[in-house]
Amino acid sequence: MRHLLDFQGWTRGQVENILDTARVMAEVLERPVKKVPALQGFTVATVFFEPSTRTRISFELAARRMSADVVSFATQASSLQKGESYKDTLLTLEAMGIDAYIIRADSAGVPHQAARWVKGVVVNGGDGRRAHPTQALLDTYTLLEALGTLEGRKIAIVGDILHSRVARSNVELLPLLGAEVWVAGPPTLLPQSLPGARLTPHLDEALAEADAVMVLRLQKERMEAGLIHLQDYIAHYQVTEERLSKAKPHALLLHPGPMNRDIELEGTLADSERSLVNRQVHNGVAVRMAVLYHLLVGREG
Amino acid sequence: MRFKAELLNAEEMRRALHRIAHEIVEANKGVEGLALVGIHTRGIPLAERIARYIREFEGKEVPVGMLDITLYRDDLSEIGIRPQVRQTRIPFDITGKALVLVDDVLYTGRTARAALDALMDLGRPRRIYLAVLVDRGHRELPIRADFVGKNVPTARSEVVKVRLQEVDGEDRVELWEREEA
Repeated sequence: MRHLLDFQGWTRGQVENILDTARVMAEVLERPVKKVPALQGFTVATVFFEPSTRTRISFELAARRMSADVVSFATQASSLQKGESYKDTLLTLEAMGIDAYIIRADSAGVPHQAARWVKGVVVNGGDGRRAHPTQALLDTYTLLEALGTLEGRKIAIVGDILHSRVARSNVELLPLLGAEVWVAGPPTLLPQSLPGARLTPHLDEALAEADAVMVLRLQKERMEAGLIHLQDYIAHYQVTEERLSKAKPHALLLHPGPMNRDIELEGTLADSERSLVNRQVHNGVAVRMAVLYHLLVGREG
Repeated sequence: MRFKAELLNAEEMRRALHRIAHEIVEANKGVEGLALVGIHTRGIPLAERIARYIREFEGKEVPVGMLDITLYRDDLSEIGIRPQVRQTRIPFDITGKALVLVDDVLYTGRTARAALDALMDLGRPRRIYLAVLVDRGHRELPIRADFVGKNVPTARSEVVKVRLQEVDGEDRVELWEREEA
């Protein structure tokens, strides 16, 4: 694979290779010297047209742990406001000799376009509501770490499915590893269809006998747009310990962060034994190391 | 590739490893503080065998670890390489230990160089020895082996194939000639 834009065209074997490498990277991160020279001489640019400090730090650490040089381009102080296009921005970076671009954008498709403009490899760091493949990889890695296998496991994704790139990428990836994926949310926040997943407006149906529940962040904009009312959402879709009684006894809880405690999930759940939230963040670095390593070192001539 | 010669058969391999095991214990003046680290892939079963021989004649257990050096290779920026990264598992603290790095073939020395860097990141061993089943020459770095099963002068166009029971189903070292396609 030349780039990581989404999981279209990816095989189970390719995904498993990356996850295997991520396990080795996780071991590197446990060492007294948490750094290997694998990407020495490569330069990685994080290009964030939409701000996200956590994702950027996770990617930057991943690159640095492998001895790559890292530069950051963030939209805040950027020339985009001066009218420079995405393309011009990327070509400027290209002229400075970047090997890998991690691109985050609020409009869908920017990383795909970028892959056509630049010679380096492109990793989608989240584009619009389209895809966030490294988040799905770290979710999968974390689920595998806890469950051993995803074969035949039921994973429920709950919340604003319609606007969620995290949901979309997970719905592409999890079934590739044998999981059965259900998505649940208010009818106004569910897409018409989502190949790979079963859709339901009933939370209980998605939670029934689930092995793990992935709770999505509820964006304030959705309420402002009148798509939902906060109290209705909490009443029908907030994931609570009580509602989780429908799921398997030790059903796991994931959240891509940042969390709105007591809105999309009962606040104390995030700190309970079920919660894998901190593992997700922890594993994110190892998974992103594996992605960068595979794309930069494993690339074909 | 064209087969040229058998360099070691199973019996000769056993004797060579046996001798290496004795030489290691002699050099270290016993097994105190001694540990073996096999380099993926074939260095690992070789290290395990040497540890077994030492146990047989010394009656003492020598710890064995496994090292993957892929992330320390110096040829990664060369295009077209598709390295498989494997687990490094060293279940003991290497600081203060006398380590024996074990590999099947010593050639350019680049693998050994990478292994040394990898070990330095894991701790501070008292000393590091290098044991190889076959030394085929053509070093590109100032590296030598402390323990050698067999020295084989080779041409660069030749390939040394080490086959081990644990990986390949038989014990045998062969010399092949690479033919121009």
